[in-house]
This record gives sequence, structure tokens and C-alpha cells, in this order.
Amino acid sequence: MRVSCTVNGRRVTADDVWEGESLLYVLRERLGLPGSKNACEQGECGSCSVYLDGTLVCACLVLAGQAEDRDLVTVEGIGSAESLHPVQAAFVEAGAVQCGFCTPGLIVATHDLLRRVPQPTTVQIREALAGNICRCTGYAKIIDAVHLAAGRMGAS
Amino acid sequence: MKAKPRLPPPSVVSGRVGDAVPRPDAALKTRGEFPYSSDLQVEGMLWGATVRSPHPYARIVSIDAEEARSIPGVKAILTHEDVPGRNVYGLEIEDQPVLAVDVVRYWGEAVALVAADHPERARRAAHAVRVEYEVLAPLTDPEVALTDDSPKLHPDGNITRRIKIRHGDQNPRADVVVTGEYEVGMQDQAPLGPESGLAIPDGEGGVDLYIATQWLHIDRSQLAECLGLPPGKVRLTMAGIGGAFGAREDLSMQAHACMLALRTGRPVKIVYGRAESFVGHVHRHPARLRYEHGATRDGELVYVKARIMLDGGAYASSSTAVIANACCFAVGPYECPNATIDGWVVYTNNPPCGAMRGFGSVQNCYAHEAQMDKLAAALGMDPVELRIRNALETGSSLITGQVVDGPVPVAELLRRVRAMPLPPAVTSDHLDLTQLPGGVSNTTHGEAVRRGVGYAVGFKNVGYSEGFDDYSTARVRLAVVGGRPRVEVHTAAAEVGQGLVTVQAQIAGTELGVHDVIVVNADTQVGSAGSSSASRQTYITGGAVKAACEAVRERVLALAESELSELSRDGGGGSDGWRLENDAIVSADGAAVITLATLLGEEVIEETSEFRPRRTTRLDPETGQAHAHMQYAFAAHRAVVDVDTELGLVKVVELATAQDVGKAINPQAVEGQLEGGAAQGLGLAVMEEIQVKDGVIRNPSFTDYLLPTTLDMPPVRMDILELGDPNAPYGLKGVGEPPTISSGPAIVAAIRAASARSLSRVPVRPHDIVDS
Amino acid sequence: MEFLQPASWPEALAMKAAHPEALPIAGGTDVMVEINFDRQRPATIIDLTRVADLNAWGMERGFLRIGAGVTYTRIIDELGERLPGLAMASRTVGSPQIRNRGTVGGNLGSASPAGDAHPPLLASNALVELASTSGSRRVPVREFYIGPKRNAMRKDELIAAFLVEPGKGPQQFSKVGTRNAMVIAVCSFAIALDSERRQVGTGIGSAAPTPVTAGEAETFMKAVLDEGRLWERPAPVASSALARFGELVAAAARPIDDVRGTAAYRTHALAVLARRSFTWAWDEYRRTAPA
Repeated sequence: MRVSCTVNGRRVTADDVWEGESLLYVLRERLGLPGSKNACEQGECGSCSVYLDGTLVCACLVLAGQAEDRDLVTVEGIGSAESLHPVQAAFVEAGAVQCGFCTPGLIVATHDLLRRVPQPTTVQIREALAGNICRCTGYAKIIDAVHLAAGRMGAS
Repeated sequence: MKAKPRLPPPSVVSGRVGDAVPRPDAALKTRGEFPYSSDLQVEGMLWGATVRSPHPYARIVSIDAEEARSIPGVKAILTHEDVPGRNVYGLEIEDQPVLAVDVVRYWGEAVALVAADHPERARRAAHAVRVEYEVLAPLTDPEVALTDDSPKLHPDGNITRRIKIRHGDQNPRADVVVTGEYEVGMQDQAPLGPESGLAIPDGEGGVDLYIATQWLHIDRSQLAECLGLPPGKVRLTMAGIGGAFGAREDLSMQAHACMLALRTGRPVKIVYGRAESFVGHVHRHPARLRYEHGATRDGELVYVKARIMLDGGAYASSSTAVIANACCFAVGPYECPNATIDGWVVYTNNPPCGAMRGFGSVQNCYAHEAQMDKLAAALGMDPVELRIRNALETGSSLITGQVVDGPVPVAELLRRVRAMPLPPAVTSDHLDLTQLPGGVSNTTHGEAVRRGVGYAVGFKNVGYSEGFDDYSTARVRLAVVGGRPRVEVHTAAAEVGQGLVTVQAQIAGTELGVHDVIVVNADTQVGSAGSSSASRQTYITGGAVKAACEAVRERVLALAESELSELSRDGGGGSDGWRLENDAIVSADGAAVITLATLLGEEVIEETSEFRPRRTTRLDPETGQAHAHMQYAFAAHRAVVDVDTELGLVKVVELATAQDVGKAINPQAVEGQLEGGAAQGLGLAVMEEIQVKDGVIRNPSFTDYLLPTTLDMPPVRMDILELGDPNAPYGLKGVGEPPTISSGPAIVAAIRAASARSLSRVPVRPHDIVDS
Repeated sequence: MEFLQPASWPEALAMKAAHPEALPIAGGTDVMVEINFDRQRPATIIDLTRVADLNAWGMERGFLRIGAGVTYTRIIDELGERLPGLAMASRTVGSPQIRNRGTVGGNLGSASPAGDAHPPLLASNALVELASTSGSRRVPVREFYIGPKRNAMRKDELIAAFLVEPGKGPQQFSKVGTRNAMVIAVCSFAIALDSERRQVGTGIGSAAPTPVTAGEAETFMKAVLDEGRLWERPAPVASSALARFGELVAAAARPIDDVRGTAAYRTHALAVLARRSFTWAWDEYRRTAPA
């Protein structure tokens, strides 16, 4: 089947999609957007977090056809090569990236948190990111990064 | 024209040893633009899938691929008959087939391969391959594997390795004796990046493999044998990696993808799903440990006797080294004049076990630290005081007879974690569920919650052991690019997320005083760097980079001397004390002599060096005595936990650690290792276990193999010592494993204190705490 | 695999009638796992996310009628005050990503005994509204679960909504899991006090082949509260009665040993959860009941 949607502001189309493919598969293998990751493909790790019509979801749990005509934002749509989003810059500075496989999902989930709760407490950060598993960092520098980003975004 | 997939770009770094330089690939990773092995894509790529055994032990009667072959889109189906070279490989013992021949020895063992043009078609075809098995009763108890009448899973019997350590008096007497039996469950490395890689045939009989792995060269040498190709025709390039922690030391899909690519003449990508990943790599050895500690009435350790049994599962992997570690470090970082240690690792039909961060020193740390707490209780002594009393020092002998040199700050580390202020108690005026055991699942509002504090200290070796030729290779190239000097560093060292690319660049920047350093992607076009394991890379590959830089520097200074011979004669300073700094040669008093750009012009200076640490020797088979290791690393932990003693639910409130890292090449990266390693220790202590029943993994998913989340992992308070090992480059010590060794035992000690339960098994489960 | 995407409720019902074996999908938090893990390959799948009716909720003759497509996040945000027990259960579901997609409708459709919505629905005597091209019917949730992962739906039916009264007293929900977030329940318990009818409602999850109620416990505690006239003159309930209540709740369970926990532990834990959650609910009643 064919799936057409808007991704990161651009209208895109994927053809010959097998009906059982997840949105994650379509993004990664058909739309040239491998930024969202495939660590568990069952919604347990958050590495495939994207925005679907402005709501934070796991792309591995969205069936390809469900994305038809929807508005998607992936990690590739946050920040740019020339200018990192403050969330991205904060992750870099705070040492919150090691292997980085969880990072795209965390960037999107953090972006979502800060637009809803601009100055979150540590507890609110931990609750909001409880669906994003990291195996390398122990989360300490990720929490630091979120505070750092919130501080900067609040100041501007 | 060969297609090339997107690979991690060269890392550009400016910084020196000791700087907290952000890692060069972090920005790309935050934008989702960093290419991982599971992101690899080239035109015309096929997808591979693996047919796996549904039985832990069975004879293969027949394999019928006819139906599978007829599925449209299927391009190849391969079995053991199609292995081009030797159908066997292994890190230490060559005991594992690329594809099973007449018997499968573990649940999930690879039996056949499929290549198709869409992963779903590959999956359907894999399901359609009909394998007829004669099911056999699996051997699942390691104690049974030890006996003579158990089925021989391998031609040489079931004992993979047996270790004996006999140190001092074998019949010692002591005033106070405590015994204990301990069990450690099977932990999984669970790196987030799935096993994945892309094999591209070169059209001339050779193959290029893009792979996320821990040791390119050992992969290549095994692959060359399996594919029946000379090593030069098997070229490996490191692809972006989603963590490792030991899971990528053995071959997983490498030979499979290469075989399919060579057969079909097309690129083949294989990506494991998470469930498949659980059978696609080795796990941490589950262990049973029986200990006896004897001490004087004053608390001086007199002897330790230990029996350690590791279940190695179906294939050896690195089991022979893991059991050696478990035995060498059986007593812990304490002076112990007399020791009798017996260890076995055996074959069973359980999932194969091998390397995981800590490598045998994790299991025995649970045991020796539990024993020390028991001993302290029996003696009426404070548990930290007892440890300090017996702590190793510089010049102490280990139970292997090796004398430990360099800083040995065991007592100091313990004092420091003990001195750290304790976190405040949870106040009851405002109910905040996130501060309580059970969290927002609302299981307690404070009822039956008790706080406990526990301590542990551990150690292990850095680098390979027992005479293994431990070395790394670095190629360093200095040239002028765009009017500026630039250093290019090339090693085969696997960046697995620890920050090795950054550290290599910092070392080059320091040794050559150059601002612009590029670390190019690792591949087999340069000599071996050894594995990213054993906490060894910063030391050994760092050492190789340093050595190559020194060789380059020598040539630069020689060049400058000959070019500037007039200057040095007239100028009165001479070339003594010239050094490289700030993109130039400066004299002893800091004055610039000549810029590198001017000196070099078009000239390129390149050097390739190998670096080896001090040699080690093999354990004597009867006594276990040897100079087995070249460096030791020590860490201590304190854990504070709150336990709901009626439900057995645990909240780890705080972890505190003190660790000697010798010299922090990149302090921010060092902290990342201490924090991340402690999280893996916490995981084994309270939630992570591969549950195996009759050889079958019952929980191969993240739903039931639980990793710590942001709500499980507390802050880690750290005290990082830099005591300088005189034998190591920059005085550094390996960092990665000690955080995973004593963190878990400290947590269990704290749970014991809170619950008054003896808890001899990890992971500790709620029913262990409430069982009466 | 055929993918069908009805734009309206009548269209959805017609498709289900035409394809009785079709698997409905909304949030995908169960169905996509089955597909991604190659456990299910339905010939036909019906995507319900374009059916606006399923996303609406409103009052209907004293009941909240909540469309099967309303997500856990919306239940927390929009219905948290009126359905505190269900909101507590929703808060324990997975992660923000899962709560943004997961639905009570999905929980009911898969009827897994571990579903977090079931205990509060049982405790509040909710109704499940099922529809087909031949009409609709409302099944008490207490009759809805008929076996492990089996419910009372006919093959041509879809879940339209669930109906539940706004809480008429304090409610609680507790879930035991082996980590502090993102867990499938080892066991769970919900309690709902109905101060109008002077009843105690319960629901037990993950401790029997289906979600169940603790009928004897409910009867027992109702009698304790009635005999002591505690509804009118709220006072603490005797600890012996609390202990008995816990025992009766535990006795209503028929747990098994599995990878998540042992039967013995589940029984023990349920008694603890029952005592504690009743105490919290009753303490809240005592604090807030009109003098």
C-alpha cells in the first residue's frame, strides 16, 4: 500500500509498504530517516520516540497505515546541522551521550517535556523520561542535560 | 563500483589529556544523524534471517528448505553444508559451529540462513524451513555436568576449565569461622543497539563487512577461517555501535551475513530483533559460590576457602578466562595469607555465557563481601572497620602470589565512602510517591519502610591475563592541511560508547601539541588494537597512540634540528628541551622556535607503533600461582536503600562510590563510566535476570528482562582519586569495570540491613525479602 | 495483510461484520507488539483511530460514557477527579509514550489479566458497551472476562465505550512490580468506596486467569461498616477487620507461578495491598465526609 504523510514539515510518500510494517520501519527503511532507533520494537525502551500530530509516541507501536495524512516530527526535525536545538546542545555539553543509541528518543521526549513543563523538577524529569531506557549513562548526566536545557530555554 | 554505506565520520577533537572534552560525535547523535550498524543501507541490499533451534538439545535429523525456497523474493537458503571454510570458531576454544551440523546445543542456536528482498519475506521463509529434530534431554545442572555419567556435550568432556589456587597453609586454624553459599543469576549485557551489520561482496571473491563489534581483528581471523578466505580478502570496518558491555566479543551474525553475501553476490544486512538478540549473544555466567572465611578474634583474615561453579552454557566463548578471574579475585581486595580456591566452568545446554563487564569479578564480589559482613557480625566488629583492617596495600601479596605494585588505596576508598554524608530520610509531611519503594504504583505511603546502608569494595585486573599477548597498534600521521598542522590518528580500536575516540585525540593533542586532531574510523587496514574489554583500551590503545606520537615527535624534532642547525648553533639555547606545543616547536623557556606549518610544508610524517604493557604469566595448573595481571583497579561503594519490608519492594536511594582512576584522561567520560557501571550493578542486584528453565529462556524481551529506568537509578555521589600508576601511560588506570563490581554487593548489603534477611541470591526478588 | 481504515463508526461496524476475524487496532500498544514479534499475522486489520466517536466522552444519565479510544493520558488529565482509581491505574501504565496511545478499550479487547484498567473498572461496577451492525448491548464488566485473554465479545462486535459512575467515594489502586516504573503487574488491587450505596467495590489483577473481584471481602467489609455505623460516624476500622479483609481478598485470587512472581508471593502481596489501600480510602473518607 501507499502511505503519505508530513514528516518534519515535508510531504512524503512511501510506496509498496507491507500492511504490517510499523511507522518506525517506514521512517527508517523507506523515508530515509533512520534517526529513530529500533532497540526493542515493543514500546519498552522509547528509542523510537516521535511526535504524531504533536503527541509523543513510540513509532514502533504505530501501524504504517495509521500515519496516513498525519503530521510527524522525528529527531531529524529537531535542530539542524547549523544550529542545534538547546536540548541537543545541552546533551552534548553535559556528557549525556555515550553510545547514543537512546539519544534520539531522549531528545524528542525531553523536547516534549520542556514544551509542556518549561521548568521541571528532577522528579518530573525522571517521571517524564521513565519510558526511555539508557544502558550506558545511568541517567545522571541526562538529568543534568535536561536541567541545563530548561535553564537556557527559560532564560531566552 | 562498490557501494559504500554511511559510516561514522572522522572524529575532530581539540583537547589535551585531563580536559573534559565533549565527545566529537555527540552532536550528530543528538540529531539522529550518526549512522549505526542497524542503519546501514546500500542499493540492492537483501535482508538476512536466521533459522534457530527451538530445542536446547537435539539431534538434527533433516533440513528441508524446498517450501522456503519457493517463496517469492527469497534469494538463498544456506545450511552448514554451505559454509565455505571451516565450520567452527571460538574466542579461546574452537567449539562453536557457524551453522549447526548434526546437533544443536542451546535454545536458539543457528541452524540455517535465509536471504530475501524484504525482512518479512525473510521471516516467512525462515519459518518455512522445516527442520526435523530428535529432541534430547538437556543437561541443565552444572553440578551434573561435572559428573562422569553426564552426557558429553563436547568431545573433550564437559569441564571447560578447572582452576586451583593453593596459597599458604592448606589446613589453617582460625578463632572465628563463617560460611555461606551464594548464587548469582544470569545477567544480560542488553546493549540497546541490536546485533547488526552489512556484508558487501567485492565481486572478486572477497567481502567487506561493516559491523558493530568489540575487536575487528579477532572477528576477521575467525571469519577468514570460516569463509575459507585469506585475511586480506575479508575487510572489516567499524560501523556505529549501540553499546557492547561484552555482548559483541563473540561472532554473532558476521559469518552469516558474509556467507549470504558471497552466495547471492549482493549486499546482505542482518538485524536482530530484541528477542533474537537475547539468544544472539553470550550472557554473564550464573554462579554458585561456597565460601568459608576464618579470622582471628581481632579480625585479621587467616584463610579463605571457596568453591566456585560457573555455568558456561553450550559453548566456551571466553569462559576459560572468566573462571580464572573469578578465582584470582575470589577473596576480594584483602590480605589473605592462606587460600584454597577451586573453580570450574562447565558446558551445559543452557544459553552460552561469556564476557560481561566485570568478567567473573562481579559474581565473587557478591560472595566475598557477604562473607566479610558475616564475619564482622560474628566478631562484633564494624563491617567497614573489618575491611579496612584487612585491606590490600602496595606490596601486598595476592592469593596468586603476585605482589601488587603501584597505588593500592583500598582502605582509603572505604574511608571516603563512609565519610560521605548520608542522604536525608524521606519526610512524611507531604506524600511523594516517587520517593517511596513502589513509586507511583502506589504500594506504600510509608508503611513498613525501613532504610538500610551497606558497603562493598572490589577489584579486578585491567588488560588481558595469564600471558596473553596484550597489545594495540596506532598509526599517527602529521601533515599540514589548509595552512594548519593536523594529526590523523588511525587505530582498529572499537569505540563502544565509552569515549575512546575522544581520548585517543586528547593524547595525540597532548603529545604533539597540535590543535586539530582527527580520529578516523576503525577498520582492519591498520594492525590490531585488541578488544574493547577488560577496561584496557585507554591504557593499551592510548599507549599505542602515545608511542606513535612519540615516534612522530622524534622525527619532527630531528627535522627541525637539521633544518635549523644554524639557528641552534647561534641562538645559544640548543635544541635541548625543545617540545611541541600550540602547533609549533617551542624552546625550553616557551619561546616559539618554528611553527609546524612552516617546518613541514608539504612533508607528511607518519608512524605506526605497537604498544605492550608489562608481561604476565599463566596460572600454575596445580597452585594457581602466577604474575597473572599487569594492573589492578579498585573501587568501593556505599548504598542506601529503602525497603518496604512487607512487600519486599526496594528503592535504591543513593549510591556513593570512590574509585582510583590513576589519571582521568577525560574527567567527564570517567564520571560517565562510574555512573553507567553502577546502573548495571544495580540492575543485577535487584531486577535483571535471564530466567532459564530446562534450557529455555523464559523472558527474552524488555517487558520481563527489566533494565533500570530513570525512576530506579538514583544519583551517584562520586569521589574520583587520581593516584598515578607509575607503570601506566599518564599514570592512568582502566575505569570501566570496577563500577559494576562492588555496586551491586553494596546494594544487597543495604537491603540485608533494612530487612534483616540474609539474602544469599541475586537478583534479590520481592519474595526473597518477605519469605518467612 | 489487508489494512482497513473506517472513517466512521457505522463503517467500522460494517467492516467488522464483513471480516469477523479482523483484528481491531487503536493505540497499538498490544497489537503492534504481537505483529512486530511475529506472534500474530491477522489477515485483516481495522484501524479505529479515525473514528471520532471513539475519542469522545460525556455524561449519560448519571454515568460517564467514555469512548473506547480515549487514551490513558486523557483519562488522567480530563477525568482524574471523577475517576480517581482509574486515573491512578492510568498513571502506572508504562511511560508517557504508552499512556498517549494506550486505551481502556484496548485493555478490554485483549482482556489480559494484567491489564491495569480492569481492577478499577471492576471495583466501580463499570459496563462495557459493545456494538455490531445488529445493535449494541451493555455488559457488566464483572461478566465481561470469561477466560484467560478471553472476553464476552462476539466476533462481529467492537467495543464502543465503557460506562462508569463518577466516583461516589474515595478510590485507590496499587500495583506491585519489580521495578519502580514500566512494569506489568505482579499483582494489583483496586478499591472503590460508594458512600451513597454504602458499598465497597474491589478488583484484583494479575492474580487469577481473569481479572476478578473479591466478593466475600466486599460483603465482609460492608457488614463491618454497617454494623459499626461507621459511614455515619466515621472512625478507624479495627485492625482485626482490616486483616480479615486482606485475607479474604487474597483468598479470592487464584494466582500462578510465572516469570514475574510466585503464587505464594502474589497471595501475600494482595493481602497487604488490600489492607493498605482500604485504610487509605477509609482515612480519606473520614477526612472528607460531612460531619
